Amino acid sequence: MQNETLIKMANQVGDFFGADPNKTQANIEIANHLNRFWTLDMRQQIAKYVSEESGAGLHAQVVTAISQHLKI
Amino acid sequence: MDDIKYTTPQFHPTPDFGTPKRVAEKQVSLNIDGVEVSVPEGTSIMHAAQVCGVTVPKLCATDSLEPFGSCRLCLVEIEGRKGYPASCTTPVAEGLKVHTQTSKLADVRRGVMELYISDHPLDCLTCAANGDCELQDMAGAVGLREVRYGYEGENHLKLEKDESNPYFTFDPSKCIVCSRCVRACEETQGTFALTIEGRGFGSKVSAGGSSFMESECVSCGACVQACPTATLMEKTVIEAGTPEHSITTTCAYCGVGCSFNAEMKGEEVVRMSPNKDGGANHGHSCVKGRFAWGYATHKDRITTPMIRKTIHDEWQVVSWDEAINYAASEIKRIEAKYGKDAMGGITSSRCTNEEVYVTQKLVRAVFGTNNVDTCARVCHSPTGYGLKQTIGESAGTQTFDSVMQSDVIMIIGANPTDGHPVFASQMKRRLREGAKLIIADPRAIDLVENSPHVRADYHLNLRPGTNVALISALAHVVVTEGLVKEDFVRERCEWDSYEAWRDFVAKPENSPEALEETLGVKAQTMREAARLFATAGNGAIYYGLGVTEHSQGSTMVMGIANLAMATGNVGREGVGINPLRGQNNVQGSCDMGSMPHEYPGYRHVSDPAAKALFEAAWDRPLSPEPGLRIPNMLDLAGEGRFKALYCVGEDIAQSDPNTQHVTHALESMECVIVQDLFLNETAMYAHVFFPGASFLEKSGTFTNAERRISPVRRVMAPKNGNGENGLEDWEITAKLSEALGYPMHYNHASEIMDEIAALTPTFKGVSFKKLDELGSIQWPCNDEAPTGTPTMHIDEFVRGKGKFFVTQYVPTTEKVNAKYPLIMTTGRILSQYNVGAQTRRTKNVEWHAEDVVEIHPHDAEDRGIKQGDWIGITSRAGETVLRANLTERVQLGVIYTTFHHPESGANVITTDNSDWATNCPEFKVTAVQVTRVNQLSDWQKHYSTFAEAQIAFANKSDDKQVWQPA
Repeated sequence: MQNETLIKMANQVGDFFGADPNKTQANIEIANHLNRFWTLDMRQQIAKYVSEESGAGLHAQVVTAISQHLKI
Repeated sequence: MDDIKYTTPQFHPTPDFGTPKRVAEKQVSLNIDGVEVSVPEGTSIMHAAQVCGVTVPKLCATDSLEPFGSCRLCLVEIEGRKGYPASCTTPVAEGLKVHTQTSKLADVRRGVMELYISDHPLDCLTCAANGDCELQDMAGAVGLREVRYGYEGENHLKLEKDESNPYFTFDPSKCIVCSRCVRACEETQGTFALTIEGRGFGSKVSAGGSSFMESECVSCGACVQACPTATLMEKTVIEAGTPEHSITTTCAYCGVGCSFNAEMKGEEVVRMSPNKDGGANHGHSCVKGRFAWGYATHKDRITTPMIRKTIHDEWQVVSWDEAINYAASEIKRIEAKYGKDAMGGITSSRCTNEEVYVTQKLVRAVFGTNNVDTCARVCHSPTGYGLKQTIGESAGTQTFDSVMQSDVIMIIGANPTDGHPVFASQMKRRLREGAKLIIADPRAIDLVENSPHVRADYHLNLRPGTNVALISALAHVVVTEGLVKEDFVRERCEWDSYEAWRDFVAKPENSPEALEETLGVKAQTMREAARLFATAGNGAIYYGLGVTEHSQGSTMVMGIANLAMATGNVGREGVGINPLRGQNNVQGSCDMGSMPHEYPGYRHVSDPAAKALFEAAWDRPLSPEPGLRIPNMLDLAGEGRFKALYCVGEDIAQSDPNTQHVTHALESMECVIVQDLFLNETAMYAHVFFPGASFLEKSGTFTNAERRISPVRRVMAPKNGNGENGLEDWEITAKLSEALGYPMHYNHASEIMDEIAALTPTFKGVSFKKLDELGSIQWPCNDEAPTGTPTMHIDEFVRGKGKFFVTQYVPTTEKVNAKYPLIMTTGRILSQYNVGAQTRRTKNVEWHAEDVVEIHPHDAEDRGIKQGDWIGITSRAGETVLRANLTERVQLGVIYTTFHHPESGANVITTDNSDWATNCPEFKVTAVQVTRVNQLSDWQKHYSTFAEAQIAFANKSDDKQVWQPA
C-alpha cells in the first residue's frame, strides 16, 4: 500500500483523538485504533516509515502514538 | 432438505376488523348478538363485533383506515336507540345491546346493495376480481336477488380505463365511490394524490384531474390494496387470475424490511401484497416492494454457472461442479503462490443473514484470513463504529412505531420519502398529528415543504461536509442555555466524559454565531432548532447516509449520540438514535460478522474468548489480526498484492467510489468470483460467475433498521439450476467450502441460524421456529428477552454508562477551488434501488429512466446551461456527462445526482476520500466543475464499448461449449 495512503489515514485518526484534552490517553487511543482496524502489514509499514523516514508528513502526535503504542 | 419445511403455504388471512384497533386504558363491555364482549374504549361497534366473530356487512370500511360511514351497509340496531346507526362510526358504550342482523336491517342492506349494483357492470365471471371482490361478497351476504331499477338509466359503465400506471389499472366503471382509495392515499401513504371530484351522482375518484402517471401518485399500491372491487387492480392479476396460495416473506429492497404475502399460482408470483401483521410496515408498501419484483424473472438474469480464463474471453457455461471446482482450484493456486492474505471476500447487504454468516465463515476458517468485508463499508460502517463507542451497541435504539410517540423529529442527512418510503408514511402520519420537524440537509428534500400537510419547522440547509460543525453548534446551545438533562446524564452516562464534551462544545468557537459562515445556516435558526429539540418533549433523531458518507462520518454519529444523551432522549419510546439503513440487510450483514475486524455479534477478532469460541465451533485455527477493508483490498490489488476475491451479491464496480480505481483493481486480480443474479458491473471483470437465487427462491432472514429479524421464505425453486437442481446462495458457498476441503454440514438455512444463535449472545433465542411463531424478532433475543427487544438501553446502556466524545470539526480535504468550484453530492430516488440492478429491470424505469444532475438555476446560468442540456462533470477523480435539471432544491454551489444507472458514471467522479474511522467513502462531498458539452465523456464511451463486449461474451455462452481449464 502507498505510504501516502497510510499517512493520510493515520493523520485523520489523529485529528479525531487529538481533540481529547488528555494527550496521554489520546496517544493510546490513536494507536489502539490502528491496532484494532489496520492489518498487521499496514501497521508494520507505518512503523517502518516512522523509524526510517521520521514519519515525515505524519502529525507529531501520531508519530508519538505510533512509536509508543503500536502493536507490531 | 425437502423434508424440512418452515413455510406456511396455507393462506389464513387475518380478518378485516373494519376499523382500526384502538388503545385505551378503559375497557368497555357490551353485548353483540347475545355475546358479551369487552374492548378498549373508542373501539367501533363494527370492530367489537368482529372480535366476537360477527362480520357486519361493509364496503367503505377496512381496518387500515379511519371509519367514513358512507356505504350505509354496516347499519345495526341498538336497543334503546333510535334508527340504524352505522357500526363503523359508532363507538362502543358500556352495556349496549347490539343486533347486527334483523329483518329490517336485511331489507335496508338489500336496498343499498340494489342501488350499488344498478350502476355496476355485471361481468363478474370475466372480471379480474372474480372471487376476490368485496362487492360480490356483499351482494351474496345481503342476499341480493334482483335489481328492480334495471340497468338502462344514467350510469358510469362507459367510463374509460386509466392504464397509464405500469402496474395497476383504474377502471372507473367498476368504482362504487367508497373513498377507500382516496383515504388510503391520505392516511396510509400521506401523498394526497387522489380525490373525489364532483358531487352527488357525478362524484368520481380522480388523480387530481390527470392520469395516474401524470399525477402526484407514487404508486405505493395503498389504493389498490384498499379497493374493494376491480376498480384498482394489479395488472399481474388481470393477466394471471387470482392467486391460489400465499406465503409470507420479507421484501428484499430497503432497510424498512416490509413483510409481504407472496400470493402465488404454483411457482409463479401473482402479486406481492403487504402483510398487515408485518411489524415494520403494518400492511403498507412502496412501489419497489409491492410491484418491482419482475427482475427475478427478467431475461437478463443469468441462471447458469460460467467460467473463463481472462476477462477478455467469452464466458463458458459449465455445470455447478465444474464451476465450483474451478473456483476452488484457483483459490488453492493463488494461496500457494501469493499467500492467504492475497485473498478475501465481500458480502452484500442484499444477502440474507445466513449467507453472510457462511461467507465470513468460509473466509475466516477456510481461506484462513480475516479479509472479509461487506458493503456496509460504503454506507453505515460509521454507524457501527460510532454507536458502539458511545452507547455500546452498533444498532438503532428504537422500533419504527416509536415515532408515533415523538414530539420533535430531527432528520439529518436522510430522505425518508425516497429512501425509506413506508417508514416515511408513518412519520408523516405523526407529523400530521402535530409533531415538530427539524431537517438538516443541504438539499430541500420533500419533507421540507413538498409533502402535503407536512412542513419542516426548521430546515438547516448546511453546506455539504459541515455536519460536525452543525452538531457542535446545536450542542453548544443545549449546553450554554441550560437545556441539558443533567439528571439523565448523571445517572446514565460517564460524568467525566460529559464534562470534557460539555467544556468542548461550550467554547465560543462552537457557537452558532461562530459557525454561521462555515455552515451557511443562520445562527438564530440553529439556536431555535436546538431549543425546540431539547425542550419539546420526546426528541428522536433519524439519520442516513448524509451523516455517514463523509470524512467525519463516525464523528457525526458520535455527535448525534452525544446530543441524544445530553437531552435525555434515549431509552424509551418516542426518542432515540435511529440510523435509516439503506439496504434490506445492512444491519444483519454487520451483525453477522462480515467486517474484517469482528466476528458475529461485534466481537473483535483479537478477543481471546471470542477467537477460542469460534475456533472450537468451526474446528479451524483463526487469525487474531484484523483483515483488509474493501478499499484496502482494492489498493493492494492495484499494486498486485491482492489476487482473489469472492464477491457475493455486491457490485463494487458500480457502488464504490472512484470507479476507475476499482476497475483497475479488479483487472489486476487473477480470480474474481462473482455470485449474483445478473452480469453486474463487477461480473464484467470476473473469471467465475455463480448465478444466485433471488429472494423468492431461498430461505433465510433479513434484519432491518430496527433490528427486526424477519423471515425470507422460499416460494419457488431456485432458477439457477441449468438442468440440475438450483441452489440457494448459502448452498453455493457451502459447496465452494467443501471443494476447498471444509464441508459445511447444513441441510437448511434454519440450521445456519441455529449455529449463529449458539455462538452469538444477542441472537441466543432466535430460531426459524420462533420466527414462524412470532412473525419477526427484534434482537437482542435471549433468556432475558425471549421475544426480543423493541427498545434498547432502557435502564442502562449496553456499554454500562453512555460515553460522550469530543467531536472536533475537521473540514474535509476535498475542497472547492477555482478549478473545481462546485460541490457534488449524491442520493437516492424513490423508484430506484441502489445500483439499480433490480429496479432497472422492472417497469420502475418509467419513473426514472436515467440519472440526471440537479443544478441551481444561477449556477446553470453562469455556465450557459439550460434545462435538459448535457453537462460534463469533472472532479479530481474523473469525468462523466449527465443531463441537467435546473432546480432550487439544491443550494447555490451544490449539484446533486443519483447513481442508479451504471452508464451515468456518478462514481467515476467520487474520490478516495473516506471516513477517518471506517474508510466509509465520502460520497457526499466531491469538488467538481460542470460545463455544457455535446458528447459523452471518454469514460462513458469506453464503458459503452466494454460493457457491450462483456454482455456479448455472456450471451454467446448459450452455445454451451465445454471449456477445459488449463
